[in-house]
Amino acid sequence: MLSSWPILSIVTFLPLIGVLFILLASGNNKSSEHNCKMLAIWVSSFTFIVSLILYFGFDTTMAGYQFEEQVEWIAGSGISYHLGVDGISMPFILLSTFLTPLSILASWHSIKNRVREFMIAFLVLETMMVGMFASLDMMMFYLFFEGVLIPMFLIIGIWGGPRRVYAAFKFFLYTLAGSVLMLVGIMVMYLQAGTTDIPVLSDFNFPPELQYWLFIGFFASFAVKVPMWPVHTWLPDAHVEAPTAGSMILAGVLLKMGGYGFIRFSLPMFPDASVYFAPFIFVLSVVAIIYTSLVALAQSDMKKLIAYSSVAHMGFVTIGIFTLNEQGITGAMFQMISHGLVSAALFFCVGIVYDRLHTREIDAYGGVADVMPNYAVFFMIMMLASVGLPGTSGFVGEILVLVGAYKASSLVAFFAATGLVLGAAYMLWLYRRVVFGRAEKGEVIRMPVLNNREIIILVPLTIFIVWFGIYPAPLLDVLNPVVALISEAVSNTQMATANLQ
Amino acid sequence: MLFTQMTFQAALPEYILAVVALGLVLMAAFTGESLGSRRLVKMIALLGYGFAFATTFILPSESQVIFLGLFKIDGFLVYMKGLVLIGAFFACWMVDEDWSDGVEKPEYQVLIMLATLGMLLMISANDLISLYMGLELQSLPLYVIAAMNTRSLKSSEAGLKYFLLGALSSGMLLYGASLIYGFSGSTQFGEIASSIAQNGASSGMIIGVVFLLSGLAFKVSAAPFHMWTPDVYEGAPTPVTALFAIAPKVAAIALLLNVTHFVFADIRLEWMQVIIALSVASMAVGAFGAIMQKDLKRMMAYSSIAHMGYALAGLAAGTQQGAAGVMIYMTTYIFMGAGTFSIILMMRRDGLPVQKLSDLAGLSSTHPYWAFGLMVFMFSMAGIPPLAGFFAKWYVFLAAVNAGLIPLAIIGVLTSVIGAFYYLRIIKLMYFEDVDQPLDTNAPKENIIILSVSLIVTILFLFIIGPLREWTYFAATNFPISGAL
Repeated sequence: MLSSWPILSIVTFLPLIGVLFILLASGNNKSSEHNCKMLAIWVSSFTFIVSLILYFGFDTTMAGYQFEEQVEWIAGSGISYHLGVDGISMPFILLSTFLTPLSILASWHSIKNRVREFMIAFLVLETMMVGMFASLDMMMFYLFFEGVLIPMFLIIGIWGGPRRVYAAFKFFLYTLAGSVLMLVGIMVMYLQAGTTDIPVLSDFNFPPELQYWLFIGFFASFAVKVPMWPVHTWLPDAHVEAPTAGSMILAGVLLKMGGYGFIRFSLPMFPDASVYFAPFIFVLSVVAIIYTSLVALAQSDMKKLIAYSSVAHMGFVTIGIFTLNEQGITGAMFQMISHGLVSAALFFCVGIVYDRLHTREIDAYGGVADVMPNYAVFFMIMMLASVGLPGTSGFVGEILVLVGAYKASSLVAFFAATGLVLGAAYMLWLYRRVVFGRAEKGEVIRMPVLNNREIIILVPLTIFIVWFGIYPAPLLDVLNPVVALISEAVSNTQMATANLQ
Repeated sequence: MLFTQMTFQAALPEYILAVVALGLVLMAAFTGESLGSRRLVKMIALLGYGFAFATTFILPSESQVIFLGLFKIDGFLVYMKGLVLIGAFFACWMVDEDWSDGVEKPEYQVLIMLATLGMLLMISANDLISLYMGLELQSLPLYVIAAMNTRSLKSSEAGLKYFLLGALSSGMLLYGASLIYGFSGSTQFGEIASSIAQNGASSGMIIGVVFLLSGLAFKVSAAPFHMWTPDVYEGAPTPVTALFAIAPKVAAIALLLNVTHFVFADIRLEWMQVIIALSVASMAVGAFGAIMQKDLKRMMAYSSIAHMGYALAGLAAGTQQGAAGVMIYMTTYIFMGAGTFSIILMMRRDGLPVQKLSDLAGLSSTHPYWAFGLMVFMFSMAGIPPLAGFFAKWYVFLAAVNAGLIPLAIIGVLTSVIGAFYYLRIIKLMYFEDVDQPLDTNAPKENIIILSVSLIVTILFLFIIGPLREWTYFAATNFPISGAL
């Protein structure tokens, strides 16, 4: 019965319906603000529940697209309204719908002005994110991929910190500059294949010389989004200035758009170019891992430190993707989902103490464990998951990436493993400086313990992080068939190239 | 027979505008400058545009040449006429009778109606003579209304500058036309085209084409012939600027398209280089020039230069696809322009118009609807999906890429990133900054309606792009050079 419903369209556009209701909630007083918050949280929670249908109705034996919907859009030009999910996009949709209500809840009291606009921006953002992962048409993908910039620009710019204008502009212009090159690439592909349908383009054999150029165009866009060294500099600024909820979504979902793009487009559509450029990506990723880990060590701002750690973790993801083997790609996918949960949780942990002390300087804290013992426990779990301790989701992704990397090149695996050590160093050091020691500063001693709202946000995140660490099968089952398909296709190309030489 | 039913029907919008304009001259002379008379004049003018627009739907869509070969009509030309009439309707409607920007005189409406008539005639031109006639009929009233605010020195300066540079460009255009006539032996477009097809293009002909294109480039304000635009935009009364920003550009680019794709189709490799150069220069000048501007109208002038650069990128493709791209581009352009200027016109403090960028600070808290509208138009002009401006850029650059002009497309999208900077700056002012001195809240309902209509078109463009694309691609089939897709 349910299969005849356009579930994906519903999940994608449900938040927009919430926006309509919020617009109808009139008045500017306290009660209408509260109504806006309640509406936003209910709509986004309901969206999450509906999106669970995607998980439970998902056929894990199939590698192809499921829940497909196709309607003619721009008639006669090969551009259609085409939605569908496979094992790669489905987890991201769930991640988006899962993190959105948590982020809205996280901003419950910290957003004080223009509450209604904030909720609208957030729900629009959710539509854009889900739509982007669900799109099976390049044109639609691009609409959502770029459309994300509008609400995020406003979220950083209106509700951000003191340097918010600079950060918002940098975020917007960096991402736009990368994306427009991809747009030219999409045009070329469209003119070659006569359609923007992603399944058709994935099977379309572009000539290798053209593939190189297209790959560069798409790389420009995704590398900025991931972000890869040296185009990562927008990320620390955007994170530091964004409000907590913005950081959670930015790190949790928006960074994954780049990795998703590489797996969805670059590998299947430009296999020759992917093989050709893999060493180049490895170099950039290894530099990213080691360099940004060292930079993270030197940070005195908590949010900045976690932002740099994100760049390093995403370096693992790009290594995993371009190992082009099954373990590597699975690991990259797993790492992205895990990082989505962990980094969102970490940014929220920073947000919790920031709400109390209004500073993110590490030196301002110390001995938080004395005054907020629950907080110390949650923070520790998140921190260890970020380090990749066995038993947390971070471990599964990292070990798979390392296995894949070892198969591709032991040197890359060696450098990536170095990054792990550095990662442990800066995270543990951060934890020690913030949580341990004796609470001596007056403000720190007066910090209230975690309230229910904060616990409600942290508990589900913790459950999933630990669950995926101990029993990763639910996610791996979803990933395996489609990852096998992609890596097989690419390795065939790899072999064909090797035979030619 | 000079006048048949066919000739009558094909030029119906022109007849209507001519009759209404002449009638209004008489009426204005008798009723004077009272508020009631101004209202009446405006009402009649609006009805005139409305009727003229309605008749575009019964115009023949197949190609027809009438009036001894002076006047042509086909699907593309009808479409562009429709756009010009929508633009003129908006520009006429935006003028509030109670505000005096120097344009409250009833003659103002007469002059813009005559200018609109000139635009329609130049779109339909099928002969160098009728081209020049239409162009001048369009230009002369515009020179006058640019200087309409006699209380403002800047307005007079704008009118004078516009007139001098316009006269210069007319001279270049005439010189080019005379060369073309000399080397082809005819002023009629069809015969010039067949002369080129038979004898090829001599170098004298090519020099003539370049002069002609330069003259027309002035009218579309493409760099390096853009110098007049910022000053005229800034100096002219705001309703006049609104008109400049929407209607004449559409007419001029339609004429440019018609001349290049129809008359000089066989020497397209020659003129394509000129158009590519104009396009790149305009995109760059528009993007970089706007960054330092502090005046909103001046910034819009540079923005329009950049927009013309993008439209010219579609034109540079030299294909039917490119022509269709330009049609889509101009469609989004008039709605974004009309919406933006409807807000600029409402920007008043203590009843006096203000036009500094800094006057927008904190607009979102005092005027949420205006700010939202302006934000949408700015994102759309920057080409951010899913708004209208994105689809417009997509279709012009798609045509350029298809014609093998990939470097042009890459330069285009990169300048659009630079352009995004100054569009974002407006959003920053409205949303990220606190209000300094609030603007007046009273707003004429006309402007709010124009704002709402433009806003709906800009946001929901993704629903109409399908039929619109089919329509424009069909209309563009009259041009000889086809392009796939």
